[in-house]
Amino acid sequence: MSETQLKTGYLLSEIKKSLLISVWFMFLTFPIMVIRVNTVENYIRWRWGNMVMIGVGTFFISWVWRWMMSRKEAGRRHAETLGEDAEKLPFIQRIMENQKIRVPGLLVIALFVLGFPHVFSPYQTNIMITALIYVMLGLGLNIVVGVAGLLDLGYVAFYAVGAYSYALLNHNFGVGFWTALPIGAICAMIFGILLGFPVLRLRGDYLAIVTLGFGEIIRLVLQNWGEFSNGPAGIKNIDRPGFFGMQMDLAGNMTYLFYLMVLLVIFTIFIVNRLQNSRLGRAWLALREDEIACQAMGIDKHKTKLTAFALGATWAGFAGVIFAAKTTFVNPSSFTFMESAMILSMVVLGGMGSIPGVIIAAFVLILLPEYLRAFSEYRMLLFGAAMVMMMVFRPGGLIQNVQRRYKYGIEELQSVERNSHD
Amino acid sequence: MTNWLNVQELSMHFGGLVALDSMDLEVRPNEIVALIGPNGAGKTTFFNCITGIYTPTSGNILVTPPEKESVRANGMKPNKITELGMARTFQNIRLFPELTVLENVMIGRHCRMKAGILGAALLTRRTREEEHRTVAHCYGLLQRFGLDQHANDLAKNLPYGAQRRLEIIRAMATDPFLLLLDEPAAGMNIAETRDLENLIKKIRDEDKISILLIEHDMSLVMSLAENIFVLDYGRLIARGAPEEIKNNPAVIKAYLGEDIDA
Repeated sequence: MSETQLKTGYLLSEIKKSLLISVWFMFLTFPIMVIRVNTVENYIRWRWGNMVMIGVGTFFISWVWRWMMSRKEAGRRHAETLGEDAEKLPFIQRIMENQKIRVPGLLVIALFVLGFPHVFSPYQTNIMITALIYVMLGLGLNIVVGVAGLLDLGYVAFYAVGAYSYALLNHNFGVGFWTALPIGAICAMIFGILLGFPVLRLRGDYLAIVTLGFGEIIRLVLQNWGEFSNGPAGIKNIDRPGFFGMQMDLAGNMTYLFYLMVLLVIFTIFIVNRLQNSRLGRAWLALREDEIACQAMGIDKHKTKLTAFALGATWAGFAGVIFAAKTTFVNPSSFTFMESAMILSMVVLGGMGSIPGVIIAAFVLILLPEYLRAFSEYRMLLFGAAMVMMMVFRPGGLIQNVQRRYKYGIEELQSVERNSHD
Repeated sequence: MTNWLNVQELSMHFGGLVALDSMDLEVRPNEIVALIGPNGAGKTTFFNCITGIYTPTSGNILVTPPEKESVRANGMKPNKITELGMARTFQNIRLFPELTVLENVMIGRHCRMKAGILGAALLTRRTREEEHRTVAHCYGLLQRFGLDQHANDLAKNLPYGAQRRLEIIRAMATDPFLLLLDEPAAGMNIAETRDLENLIKKIRDEDKISILLIEHDMSLVMSLAENIFVLDYGRLIARGAPEEIKNNPAVIKAYLGEDIDA
């Protein structure tokens, strides 16, 4: 057979596949998309136009889908033939390691951040603060899920603990923001340890179910224990964060909160990054990879799990206090399972254990729905479709985490040896 | 000199099943000991008992690290046993597949490091130096056992023989005085087995530690071990030097079944 014959044969088989898919879809959607029963006037409207649209649409989409899959396959084969040298760092990682781009890049980001509240409206600043809060939550959950591999579906409970500890302390005792910030974090940490103890023996699916239950318990307690938390009505008129007793208008306060949040996020990135690359971070990774081998290497499994839960919860606590201060109002409906799912999606979408990935995913998942309000009806549909696409084409997340490469030159090793003998 | 490991009348029951029945075993200083027996004899159960994965039903496990006090190790947690100085490998390789080779070894170093959360967060001078020392030490181990060129590869991408070797290096990183190897030669070809034999001898001679291994490869066991213990149906049926074991009728019976003519 000649090459053109081969190509036409291939093309024909592809067309046949797409045709079959579109016929199947037309059949599947026939009852809901074509038949419309008018119960008032008792007649049936046949909307054949819809059927044609679905047929053409699925034909086209299945074509594109298979084209993308074949490209992905080709890419993989290409990488295999090139061998291990072809394994290169992801785009972002390469940028971050390139000194020439890195310094001006950081400068541009710094200028953008500094100018943001002055250039854009308070509304935009407000959205940005929300996004930054979620960055913090995502980074906190990343410790638990991404690094230590403990699937936590009730993370929002700790966020609620942080928010309510500030709300209640402020409402009942007039405690200020700065005092409440560490207190909220510590309260969340205590709850993290409280949750950690009973689930020490669990892992995987069982752990997920228990944490899910824990998240709901916290929300239901807040909702139904009226004397303590004022029930579904919530707590209002919480003080905004102060700055040495300075009086600020709403816009000024937003600006202040924005800068505060930026600093806190930088602080979070800094700490989380250091922890990940430490002895403790390696213990978390070992726990994620293989619990039995991890223990056989002399790692205290229980202690390591508890620290992961406690640290993750601490950051949720911080974020909760800021959330309460920002909205000046908390009620239990802000802490539903949807929030936990959202934060978990950030970690999964961004790439398990990858700090830049989680940050970008948090921005994408919070900012896109805000700016795509025009499509708000289809928001969940698009969200779901995006997730499916991600899992098929980039199962490792937006920016896959790359294991750290330790550098060691002979001289460096020798200098270390010398130092240790001194 | 006292035995480094002294196991007395160790029994392990799972409900009605007697997996180990009054088992005795000793490991003397700087000695290679083999534990052999047919499949299902209870060898791995024995390993799991002395490494703290199972708590034995009865009996005594006495551990005496060199120049230290004896400790009764029944029901100790696995991580405490490793800290004490008994490190193990697994029958089916249990590396950390998504981490690099060097990181695998560095995790083995965990129990000999001290850095806590605060030290790591503040990156104190002491933590930094410890981290440097650890990298140097672990890289040194890789160099010594010939895996340094793979230091930055993911563990799952190593060939099978190298994965087995890495598991031993990782166990060595915990500074053990007794290395417990669970079927280290399983699935290896003749050349790889010979390498392994040399590796085990090298470790024993250079590090002055003892090695207890479970193995099915009889030629490896006979050429390595100074002392052999034979298990069958959870009972110790023979013990002694390789020559004695080779000619022991009870062992031959356990492995080959009873001779009809005899």
